[in-house]
Amino acid sequence: MSAATVDLADRACHRERSPFRRALGVGLVLGVVAVYGATVGILPLMDARWVIVDVVSLGDAALIAIGLSAGAAVAARTTSSEFWRLAPPSLLAGGVAGALVALLTLAMQVLPLRRIFIALSPDLLKALNFGLGAPLGGAVLIVSGALLAVLGAALTRAPEGLRKPVIVGLAFVVIFGVFQELIQIMMPSGGAIDALRQSVYTWEGLTLGGALTIFLLASFGAFVWTEWLRGRARERVRRLSPAQRRRAKAARVFLFVLLLVLLPIVAGSYIGQVMMLVGLYILMGMGLNLEVGLAGLLDLGFVAFFAVGAYATAILTADSSHALASYTAIPSLSYWAAMPIAVLASVVVGVLFGIPVLGVRGDYLAVATMGLGEIVRVVVQSDMAAPLLGGAQGILQIPKPRIGGHELADPVQLFYLTLAASAVAAYFAWRLENSRLGRAWMAVRDDEDVAQALGINLVKVKLLAHGLGAAFAGLAGSIFAVMLTSVYPSSFQLLVSINVLALIIVGGMGSLPGVMVGATALVGLPELLREFGEFRFLFYGVALIVMMRVRPEGLWPSATRRRELRDEAGESALGEPEEAAALAMRRVSDLQD
Amino acid sequence: MTDVARGRTLVPKLSSLSRFTFVDVVLWALRIGVVMVVVGGSVGTLIRGRYGAVQWFEFLVFGVTMGSVYALVALGYTMVYGVLRLINFAHGDIMMTGAFSGYFVAAAFAGSGFLDRERVLAMLAIMAVAVATSTTIALLTERLAYRPFRHVRGLAPLICAIGVSFFLEQTFRGAFGAGVRAYPDPKWQSGTLSVLGFGVPILQIMVVAAALVSMAVLYVIVQRTKMGTAMRAVSEDAEAAALMGIDVDKVVVFTFALGGAMAGVAGVCYAFIFKQVYFYMGFTPGIKAFGAAVLGGIGSVPGAMLGGLFLGIVESVGPALFLDGIGIPAPYQLRDLIAFTLLIMVLIFRPYGILGERMAKKRA
Repeated sequence: MSAATVDLADRACHRERSPFRRALGVGLVLGVVAVYGATVGILPLMDARWVIVDVVSLGDAALIAIGLSAGAAVAARTTSSEFWRLAPPSLLAGGVAGALVALLTLAMQVLPLRRIFIALSPDLLKALNFGLGAPLGGAVLIVSGALLAVLGAALTRAPEGLRKPVIVGLAFVVIFGVFQELIQIMMPSGGAIDALRQSVYTWEGLTLGGALTIFLLASFGAFVWTEWLRGRARERVRRLSPAQRRRAKAARVFLFVLLLVLLPIVAGSYIGQVMMLVGLYILMGMGLNLEVGLAGLLDLGFVAFFAVGAYATAILTADSSHALASYTAIPSLSYWAAMPIAVLASVVVGVLFGIPVLGVRGDYLAVATMGLGEIVRVVVQSDMAAPLLGGAQGILQIPKPRIGGHELADPVQLFYLTLAASAVAAYFAWRLENSRLGRAWMAVRDDEDVAQALGINLVKVKLLAHGLGAAFAGLAGSIFAVMLTSVYPSSFQLLVSINVLALIIVGGMGSLPGVMVGATALVGLPELLREFGEFRFLFYGVALIVMMRVRPEGLWPSATRRRELRDEAGESALGEPEEAAALAMRRVSDLQD
Repeated sequence: MTDVARGRTLVPKLSSLSRFTFVDVVLWALRIGVVMVVVGGSVGTLIRGRYGAVQWFEFLVFGVTMGSVYALVALGYTMVYGVLRLINFAHGDIMMTGAFSGYFVAAAFAGSGFLDRERVLAMLAIMAVAVATSTTIALLTERLAYRPFRHVRGLAPLICAIGVSFFLEQTFRGAFGAGVRAYPDPKWQSGTLSVLGFGVPILQIMVVAAALVSMAVLYVIVQRTKMGTAMRAVSEDAEAAALMGIDVDKVVVFTFALGGAMAGVAGVCYAFIFKQVYFYMGFTPGIKAFGAAVLGGIGSVPGAMLGGLFLGIVESVGPALFLDGIGIPAPYQLRDLIAFTLLIMVLIFRPYGILGERMAKKRA
């Protein structure tokens, strides 16, 4: 979050001339970020997690990062190369940021803020002013903020051979400290690895000595890489022939898949479960990607298709009174028979939802589809549909899928099911993207009227987008049902739609690797940092705003998209109408070749 | 009508039947289905006569009460849309911020007994705090989140607005807790006054009065003041308005301030009606109010008022009138269903609303 905020701060300060006013702006923004984090309750939570046991908590690390980035922001915006000119504004920026936090601590001591802001606890106060009381604690905050900012500025200006290793080393320490539980679980007890583990970790987390070791090793590695290996590696890649490059790419994909297959075995069932959830969101992301990323149809009712897939699986396979088998002549199906039917049901519902909103465009479409999604949830939850769908209690006792006599009960085994489904879906998505239909979608996205004028059948193309997008969600829903072995309406909130939307926007609209990156960042990460789970939606909100402002093409944009955004439409996200129209024309002429 | 005339109109109809596609079939089925539910349900309910005049009156009054709250929120949507062509997705949450800040004042007043002693003064103070908060937050969202998207077309502004909505909700959840907080419930509010021979709770009269006063003030501002004229000019044609020397930035800020103030009043009213505040409370009324704004004709101020009232009444009377009659159990659970169906029907079949035809032509 801080990197993005720094960028915002940079932009806001760009207009002002004086370096001190600019520094003041940077300090204020970062101070507000720190105070916001404390008030909302992120900082207290972070404080509960150690990076290095009894030395630095994650909360401290965040505050230190804010101090450092104050200096870095000042340094990045100052052109003067002499360091002594940089130092005073950095001092000011860090000092101001520290002063705002100091003001917060003062206010917490004087006013009964706790009664309104539940996060401002005495523990937080102690963590913020080091238990030093009013004047001294505040002074320490301001001084340390100022010093950290100078350090940050110095680091930004340091030669790469020094800066890279330090940053990489710090990052490694933070990762090894924060994810210590997972890393420790992954290390089997007994033998050499256990000895290694015990030298770095206690059961609580990273020891000071361990942190130093990790820092030195990582820094050394980064140093060796930047100074010697990187140049040589690049040289070798440059000399590869196209055929060799293709082979290298295939090998990378193979290694990646192998890693995905092996990781849950090594890392245990918890990681397997997280990866499975990420896989489900990747599936849904690929579906919404067809609708939003390719066809430009912003669908906020996407969760409805997920729900249809889950409920269809439930009523076809469950061992309960709501199952079709219990009150009709239809036999109870196995999961493998039910899954295609569930996907088909989602497609049908997708098309049925698509038809009425065919003529609705842009932001109206978003609201209309959201309304449709909410209607589905309200109906499923009501007593009216309770005899069929179980009402608020949902449908229980959905059996796990079986292969032969073997039941896929373990989350890791279900993960492999998800992985296989994702692989198939990814293949389809990839082929669709480069197909005639995919290019027709993109033309519709860029300009509907021009696309129609050039002979694209809007009805067919749009309905296909809704239907195929829904198929992916239905597949995800079907797996979701057997994962939980039960379905209930509260799993199918609008939040799921927003979640999927956020992940494709963060990853990059219209880009398959982007979907994976987005799902890992937005679903996997909050799942691993369990206690921050309740803040994930805050994180999504910030991610949506910041991505739209700073990097509308996403973290891993598709090649086409990048080309459009950078070369043709300039900086703006979706270009001017004439450009969009021109783009649509070109797409269609591609199509007719 | 003579047979000849009928025949003449019939011939082109038949020839156009070949172009009557599957899509049209579904759309007509939707129309007919909704009409059948409305008519069949109403007839069924009225024949059964389960509800007496008192109950219908209560439904109606509650509908008008909710409708005036929706109207206040819808005004914010419609004005911002008029000026910026942006669905301010976070507007419902701006209403929530007003309700929340009002809660802290109201709880303090209720604790000290001020809310019972100086009723009018206390309510005005609560409203003032709520209006101040939601106006501030509306202005902040405009400045920090929406202004950079002023000239960006496409989905980016809407996605940003969705982000703002989440950001506001989650900020309030983090700062004030995820639980539901009970709004103070002073006794005098549940007392009744006699209107047309029926007893109406004072609270509902108060809400309607507050909404009417706010809307009257707003109407005068929009129609009579210089700034209001500028606002209407910008929503007519922003470029031309800028050429005529209107400071569009100022107008946008002013619009957000007005919308935020209305949302503040609405938030307090909504919270007093339902006696609770929580971080997610703004979402559903926000979406419904957007529907009301579209229903009235987005961009039209009187349209938003009418649309809000209509939505409130339909939503309040609907479950009993339409759904009970066709034998649906627990129809009140489906109140939101009626509102959302209305929203979708409007978006599909009459996106330009009742009073907004001019706007719609320009959009298309």
